[in-house]
Amino acid sequence: MKDQTRDANAGNFEQVVMPHLDAAYNLARWLVGNQHDAEDVVQEAYLRALKFFSGYRGGNARAWLLAIVRNTTYSFLEKNRPNENIEEFNEELHSADLSAPQAEMALLQAADSHALRDALEGLPVNFQEIIVLRELEDMPYKQIAEVMGIPIGTVMSGLARGREKLRERLLSQRGGEGQDGLRK
Amino acid sequence: MACENNDRLLQGYFDGELDLVRSVEFENHLKMCPECAHELKNQQAMRRALRGADLLEKAPKSLETRIVDSLPREKRQSIVQMRSRPAIRWFAFATAIALAIFLGAVVVRNVDNDRQALATENFLAQEIVSSHIHSLQAGHLFDVESTDQHTVKPWFDGKLDFAPPVVDLADYNFRLLGGRLEYLDGRSVAALVYQRQKHLINVFIWPQGSTSPKLPGAKSIQGYNLISWKRDEMEFCAVSDLNAAELRGFVRLLDR
Repeated sequence: MKDQTRDANAGNFEQVVMPHLDAAYNLARWLVGNQHDAEDVVQEAYLRALKFFSGYRGGNARAWLLAIVRNTTYSFLEKNRPNENIEEFNEELHSADLSAPQAEMALLQAADSHALRDALEGLPVNFQEIIVLRELEDMPYKQIAEVMGIPIGTVMSGLARGREKLRERLLSQRGGEGQDGLRK
Repeated sequence: MACENNDRLLQGYFDGELDLVRSVEFENHLKMCPECAHELKNQQAMRRALRGADLLEKAPKSLETRIVDSLPREKRQSIVQMRSRPAIRWFAFATAIALAIFLGAVVVRNVDNDRQALATENFLAQEIVSSHIHSLQAGHLFDVESTDQHTVKPWFDGKLDFAPPVVDLADYNFRLLGGRLEYLDGRSVAALVYQRQKHLINVFIWPQGSTSPKLPGAKSIQGYNLISWKRDEMEFCAVSDLNAAELRGFVRLLDR
């Protein structure tokens, strides 16, 4: 009985995975940085997903698919861009310098699409990933943990560090005026 | 930047991921801690900017067509059939009963399942061999390179939801070289790398799940020997170009 419910929930391959094509593409596009490679990666991920589909048990389909997409993406990066930057999530955060807190907030609020895009693209790939999943895909921690294959505690440290890095990049783009609010 | 020790809590609060008790605790903390209060406002400002910036990349229309076209049609349909099974299941059930009456046996229904199990089993074995071959290409062998089990084992902490056993077998001329993360059967698994003279051995380890396909005990694919076994609710599979007898010896040492 339970099995039947599961099967019914799982539906068929196309019904399960095609609705998440935009999410799959968005993740790959951010991590590999261009449309052409992103399309190749997503296509390969879908073929892998098809192979693994018999193991899909009707959980969150987007998380299940994105785990495969991220894995395919990392294989691609490993093969084609061995120097791609990946940094530890658990590195210590440094303490704050609050010499210009109001200025900092104003700058963040005023950041435009272009600046945000640049800043996000400049992050190490795993930080890009965690920010994309949380802020663009609006995923809960549990699903992010599932996609990235890490514990929820590491999701939290990763987000703390990733958000801090993103902010640093945003503020440093603005040159000297934001620098007071930064730390090294 | 939040005050010491609170940066993770602050993320959780900001993302609505704390339970009620911790949420209230953190709100009390916020009243007394200007650093965290300021940090929270910064996070809000940045989120507004991020979400207002239209950063989501939409898949091009052509990609959908390309993917649907690239999916092997018959395989897609067989999956559809496998997954929309109630009718087939009833049919199998009815057949089984009919045959049971005629033959006094009720086992036929398993034949189809066995064939499917065999297909997944072969597929997983093939995946393992591909992973092994891929790992032999330059730069893919390990994420953590160390002959010390006490370096390799902790490296997996936080990267997997289980702790793979890491054993030093240098005394037996199987040298531990390192470990890495791999992806098999839809999940992250641990891979340990050992060396015997010029032969490399990959040992894949993952928790035994009710859903994971069974692997054959020993098998040879494309000239590589595979041996799989279970222990402490984990599945192991060793793969190498090492001859079958030596690989069995290696497995006996690991499985002690």
